[in-house]
Amino acid sequence: MSTDSHSAHGHEHHVAHHFRSAEHEYLTSKEGIWLFMVTEILMFGGLFVGYSIFHNIYPEMFAEGAKSLDWKMGFTNTLVLIFSSLTMALGIYFLQRNQAKKAAMSLAITIFCGAIFMVIKYFEYTHKFHLGLYPGRFLDVTKVGAEHANLGMYFGFYYCMTGLHGIHVLLGMGLISWVLFRTVRGDFNSNYYTAVEGVGIFWHIVDLIWIFLFPLLYLVG
Amino acid sequence: MMWFNLAQAQSFMPAEGTKIATQVDNLYAFLLLASFVSCVILIGGMVYFVWKYRRKTNSDKTAYITHNTFLEFLWSFIPLVIFLGVFGWGWYIYHDMRSMPTDALEIHVFGKQWAWEFEYKSGVKTGNMIVVPVNKDVKLIMTSKDVIHSFYIPSFRIKQDVVPGRYTALWFNADKLGEFHVFCAEFCGTQHSGMLATLKVVPQAEYEAWLEEESQVGNLPLAKRGEKIFAVKACASCHSVADASTKVGPSLWKKFAASEHVEGEADVNVDENYLRESILNPNAKIVKGFPKGVMPTFQGQLNETELNALIEYIKTLK
Amino acid sequence: MANAAAHGSDKNYLNETSGIWSWLTTLDHKRIGIMYFVTVMFFFLLGGIMALLIRLELMSPGPTIMTADTYNQVMTYHGAIMVFMVIIPGIPAILGNFFLPIHIGAKDVAFPKLNLLSWYCLMAGALLAFSTLFTHKIDTGWTFYTPYSIKTGTSVVTMVIAAFIMGMSSILTGLNFIATVHKLRAPGMTMYRIPLFVWALYSTAILQVLATPVLGITLLLLTMERTFGVGIFDPALGGDPVLFQHFFWFYSHPAVYIMILPAMGVVSELIATFSRKTIFGYTAIAYSSLGIAGVSFFVWGHHMFVSGQSTTAGVLFSFITMLVGVPTAIKMFNWISTMYKGSVQMQSPMLFALGFLFLFAIGGVTGIMLAVLPVDVHFHDTYFVVAHFHYVMVGGTLMAIMGGFYYWFPKMFGKMYSEALARFSFVFIFIGFNVTFFPQFVLGAMGMPRRYFDYIPAYHSLNTISTVGSWLIATGFLIGLYTIINGLTKGAKAPANPWGGKTLEWTTTSPPPHFNFDVEPVITAGPYEYR
Repeated sequence: MSTDSHSAHGHEHHVAHHFRSAEHEYLTSKEGIWLFMVTEILMFGGLFVGYSIFHNIYPEMFAEGAKSLDWKMGFTNTLVLIFSSLTMALGIYFLQRNQAKKAAMSLAITIFCGAIFMVIKYFEYTHKFHLGLYPGRFLDVTKVGAEHANLGMYFGFYYCMTGLHGIHVLLGMGLISWVLFRTVRGDFNSNYYTAVEGVGIFWHIVDLIWIFLFPLLYLVG
Repeated sequence: MMWFNLAQAQSFMPAEGTKIATQVDNLYAFLLLASFVSCVILIGGMVYFVWKYRRKTNSDKTAYITHNTFLEFLWSFIPLVIFLGVFGWGWYIYHDMRSMPTDALEIHVFGKQWAWEFEYKSGVKTGNMIVVPVNKDVKLIMTSKDVIHSFYIPSFRIKQDVVPGRYTALWFNADKLGEFHVFCAEFCGTQHSGMLATLKVVPQAEYEAWLEEESQVGNLPLAKRGEKIFAVKACASCHSVADASTKVGPSLWKKFAASEHVEGEADVNVDENYLRESILNPNAKIVKGFPKGVMPTFQGQLNETELNALIEYIKTLK
Repeated sequence: MANAAAHGSDKNYLNETSGIWSWLTTLDHKRIGIMYFVTVMFFFLLGGIMALLIRLELMSPGPTIMTADTYNQVMTYHGAIMVFMVIIPGIPAILGNFFLPIHIGAKDVAFPKLNLLSWYCLMAGALLAFSTLFTHKIDTGWTFYTPYSIKTGTSVVTMVIAAFIMGMSSILTGLNFIATVHKLRAPGMTMYRIPLFVWALYSTAILQVLATPVLGITLLLLTMERTFGVGIFDPALGGDPVLFQHFFWFYSHPAVYIMILPAMGVVSELIATFSRKTIFGYTAIAYSSLGIAGVSFFVWGHHMFVSGQSTTAGVLFSFITMLVGVPTAIKMFNWISTMYKGSVQMQSPMLFALGFLFLFAIGGVTGIMLAVLPVDVHFHDTYFVVAHFHYVMVGGTLMAIMGGFYYWFPKMFGKMYSEALARFSFVFIFIGFNVTFFPQFVLGAMGMPRRYFDYIPAYHSLNTISTVGSWLIATGFLIGLYTIINGLTKGAKAPANPWGGKTLEWTTTSPPPHFNFDVEPVITAGPYEYR
């Protein structure tokens, strides 16, 4: 059993003292990231449960709410995020082949896609504010001419779900910028790319959550 | 052994006022007995082993016993059987407790911070006091005007949360005459522990006479009627009337025609219009030293005559 | 081992580096454990003062030392501090952080930086929580039930965000422990050779990771409800205030086991060591920890038997709750059987373990009573419930913390404490506890609801007894504090293995070196091989 922490893996990265090898460290970190993803999914799970309960009770009200969303914008955003997942995966793929430049390119595109997503989201939000479609008790039913007196609840869900997701997109962009910076600095290579892998898993989960949010909010009517 | 627990259970619990309460107490007595026996086995066994196998020398040799499947099966299976037994017994009583009678006397209950309001079919309203006939099924249809409360009659062993925006129900059939406590059992704010009501169980004839008398409130003099409304709306849980002591809100004793310091404005004279405003729009003027937003508005809950009656009553507080 | 003991005099984790900064930036799981110990002790002191104030107010009916509003605030802070800052981080973050890696022969937890971050999360959350003391305070009870928490004028949002951040801390600890147990076990340390303390922490960690995120989203939704009125819990918009209770207890019931499972783990260690005997039914105890953790996700509705949920739901939740009783009973029987034909030494840690068994037995049987539907209808939200969960949380968890702390004190600090003082603290805590909380069972049976600032005269005498008991407990804990300070300053040097324990921490020096072991251990047998 080797406990040598100065083994010849990577030139910048040192395996932390409590791991036996780079492989050991990589597998452990990956497990940690997946465990964290479990908590993310469960957190959004609470929102999904709340959504399904009230969708069940007030299907027409939810349909009315969904009608006022622009599915084209949502669909564009879905495509943007799916594409960004691909570029994220490519980033890791290139690092595994020691092509840091291409990897950096892919990561930059991923951040750009995240930015596009947020810009579209911004337009959607401001448009709704303009129409007076605020969440909960801030939605003036007579002013927006809503058929259902509790339409505010739909927008409560809409803003909570997309808002929390949006925060995650922003966080993801921040994290990708951090690994992009480190990629450019030359921290990563085929032997050590744990951080990129972790951020990648996070980004995929964020995309996955959107893939559930989009049909639930925009399409189910 | 049963005598021990039955006696204990009754001396430590409020008098049983319904048949269901007796059933619950029997089950509880069994649980007490079973718990007592299991604690004797567990704690007694522990004490015995601690004494019997106490360390004698520093080089004591101990037996190497890793497990015993038969014993482990036994002490999993026997508790399981007991647990499922009491579960079944509990289910049986709970079923009776929660099956609403069809032909019951229905009374509406409103919980509000911090009082109980009762409304009978005939339109009679009471505050913090509910009168019911003995040996008759009574169903309470309950809702809350603000936060969650919980309607609890210890003597009847029944309790039910009172939730805004929906109805919950309770039923009972009181078989003892007398007065019983009603508590609020769900934390609801400042006067949570003061949100008490009295349940009076009276003979049928007395109940009918009481109901008749209460429905004559409309013919009383204005100030008398105001006193009734003051009780029904449980204003007394926040405002004292007999002296200047402060409860949640300012005392109303000798308040009329006095001068009052209010927050951010010149002093006001307490006249009919000020009282009217304070009842319908309590946050318009806040007396110095009292928090804003505590008193609920009574806009829409009192008609003009009731309002006049209340103000006339407050005038009499001297 | 002799060799290791000879080493002990020079460098260990305590004197490896010095200065406050070396502690605040440390990645050593042992130092982080000590930092948790200091801070949790401080929170415990605050929560304890609140408890004494509560008891003092309830000594006699009517206002005694404070107003109703102040009482509600004190009651809320007592609950929130004790739950979020003392009992949940308690054993996992102090004793777990220190001993989990050592127990499995690792040099550290899997993610030392996250470990430190989780301490800072607890600190940030605690600071935020205490900041409300200087603004509008909080009076909702630690359960934050809607719609009261939406309507009250107090600093609910700040407190809720604080609880969210402290939840992050709990998640990070849990995640760290799972990865550590999975990946960092020493050669030969199979899952069936890890000590039962580790099994308990492992089961706890699963609960922390799976349940806490649901609390997170519940608290976020409550924040949203308060600031934007999103309507999910608001009946005026068709929402349901009771849904909050479902969400809340979906976390908070497993959280009850987050509080008690590690205590069970500590007790398993204490009983094996001080009976000098292998634990009876290792597998059964390990699997009952997992079993309790698993079932605990499906019993949340037993907090809501009178909330207006359907009769069917009530029956179902009552049934599943009964099932939790079985693994708990198994553990009790196994611990007691462990002492059979053993060599039982009545050192102070063992006293606390026996105290645990005594109080937990009472907490357990009253738990079964509360699971029986019609009996719970009477007892729900009364002092019977208060007494029950204090028997489990204080009589169980705090006894285990104290016992565990006396057990591992020589290892953690390399010093011995005064045995006589420690026994003294036990006597006061044990007697005081029963005097305080046993009358509360009777009060509950008599119908006194909980969270009551004032009560009818019939409850007076028992409340007075209870208040006197609280002074005895306080004395016991003060003696405990003195025992620790006295041990730290004047204690004799501790040997590597003062109790004759068989788990790995006793094979290294007291206090352990920076990397826990001078040589990575290789494990060839189970944890309690007293042959």
